[in-house]
Amino acid sequence: MNAPEGRKAARASGSESVLASLGRYGIALTGETGAMGIFLLRGISHMFRSASQIPKVLRQVRVIGAESLFLIVLIGLFTGMVLGLQGYYTLTMFGSEGFLGSAVSLSLIRELGPVLTAIMIAGRAGSAMAAEIGVMRISDQIDALEVMDINPMAYLVSPRLTAALVAFPLLTSVFCVVGILGGYATGVLMLGVSRGVYFSRIESSVRLEDVAGCLTKSLVFALVVAAVCCYKGYFAHMRRDGMGAEAVGNATTSAVVLSCILLLAADYVLTSFLL
Amino acid sequence: MEKAWDIEFQEVRMGYGETVVLEDISVTLPGGRISAVLGGSGGGKTTMLRHIIGLSKPMSGRVLLGGRDLFALPERDLRMIRRRMGVLFQDGALLGQLTVAENTGLPLTEHTKLPSGLIREMVLHKLALVGLADFADYYPSELSGGMKKRAGLARALVTDPPLLLCDEPTSGLDPISAAQMDELLLDMKERFPDMTIVSVSHDLASVRAVADHVVVLRDKAVAYSGALEELEKSADPYLRRFLDRAAQRRGASDDPRLVEPEGVRRRIHEALGF
Repeated sequence: MNAPEGRKAARASGSESVLASLGRYGIALTGETGAMGIFLLRGISHMFRSASQIPKVLRQVRVIGAESLFLIVLIGLFTGMVLGLQGYYTLTMFGSEGFLGSAVSLSLIRELGPVLTAIMIAGRAGSAMAAEIGVMRISDQIDALEVMDINPMAYLVSPRLTAALVAFPLLTSVFCVVGILGGYATGVLMLGVSRGVYFSRIESSVRLEDVAGCLTKSLVFALVVAAVCCYKGYFAHMRRDGMGAEAVGNATTSAVVLSCILLLAADYVLTSFLL
Repeated sequence: MEKAWDIEFQEVRMGYGETVVLEDISVTLPGGRISAVLGGSGGGKTTMLRHIIGLSKPMSGRVLLGGRDLFALPERDLRMIRRRMGVLFQDGALLGQLTVAENTGLPLTEHTKLPSGLIREMVLHKLALVGLADFADYYPSELSGGMKKRAGLARALVTDPPLLLCDEPTSGLDPISAAQMDELLLDMKERFPDMTIVSVSHDLASVRAVADHVVVLRDKAVAYSGALEELEKSADPYLRRFLDRAAQRRGASDDPRLVEPEGVRRRIHEALGF
């Protein structure tokens, strides 16, 4: 084989290996998505089995919800204030600063509220979920549950799914309300938009469907974040990129990253249906 | 307490993925006795234990528990058998978010509707047996390694199981704590004569103190299975080395990696400023 032919063959084999890698990645991704879906369904199937789940759910509501509240209030406030500031100067260009209330509230309720809340909870509580379950896995605690005939899905995963379904809509609502007040602080108190106009625009522009859409999104995001984070922690021992503590660290990182990607993808799909 | 459970391995091959850890082993751990499984690190002791528990499936062969093939049982029956096992994991495997008492009572709170006062009473009794009655409301993170193991033992015993499986019960413990753990196992045996106890260990002193049946694993196979007294008399060179804790002589080896590279140690010492 002469030199050009050799280079051609090398290029062909190079593109083949890239294609093969892409194919392998695609197959692995499809497989993992399917496994995650089954994991979620198994978690849901144990949700309402017994009253003994209630204390575990309440504990998780505290972890996911109450302990994230301050963070959500803080982020909501600043998001609303920035929206008020940006919205005011943009609307002033068109002489429409009276629509500030509509701009802030619709941005928050339709998009920013559910998405930012979910991302914040994924970073704060989701990472903790993945790490806690991952540590339980590598320290034999999950095996111990199985040996005691305690279903780990029912004991660990279902309460977190239920708690996420309770906490996400509540935190999203808090985020939106605080955000609207943040916009009020900037637009009305600092930049002089009429208080009555600000609130009347909110009242006239926000429809019940917007609020329903906001809560629907937050419920879907709750399942996405809780399922991904629990799944990554639960199977931390099967990771190929590390063992022991390293595997838990990698599982936690990938749980947060994957949650955020899936959240945004789900947001696009949901928005296209809800609009 | 029900009839003692024999544990029987019939031509069992065990491993993970493609790796075979134990090859076609056939051995019986007699019911109602304390059996110790001995062997070097990575020799398959814990793997064997995981197969008795049903956490790992054999590649081939059968594992019989009280005459029943563990892996041919319907899921429901396997679960019921697991409820009748007590397992002490290497580090106790206590759930971090529960107190010692909650951990110990977990099988009862999850599987029964007994009043919490009654469960607490039983839990405190079991904790007293392992010397932890005063630590019932501590969290696992507040306990030492030995205390975690004892709490794990209390949890394993809370349902009075006919089968108690212990994974390295004395590893990482100081001699006094290790002796206490041995005493606990003997005490359990005295209280519950039909209880079958399997202890996976490489602590010879502990095995000599508690076991009346010994299985030694070597090179993916069973090197010995029988009474401890017979093992002590064995003339097999490997078993003798094992029992006498004699290291394998390395001086005779012609492995070139055993020869220290010239000048390397001096350079390392210089670099470290020695």
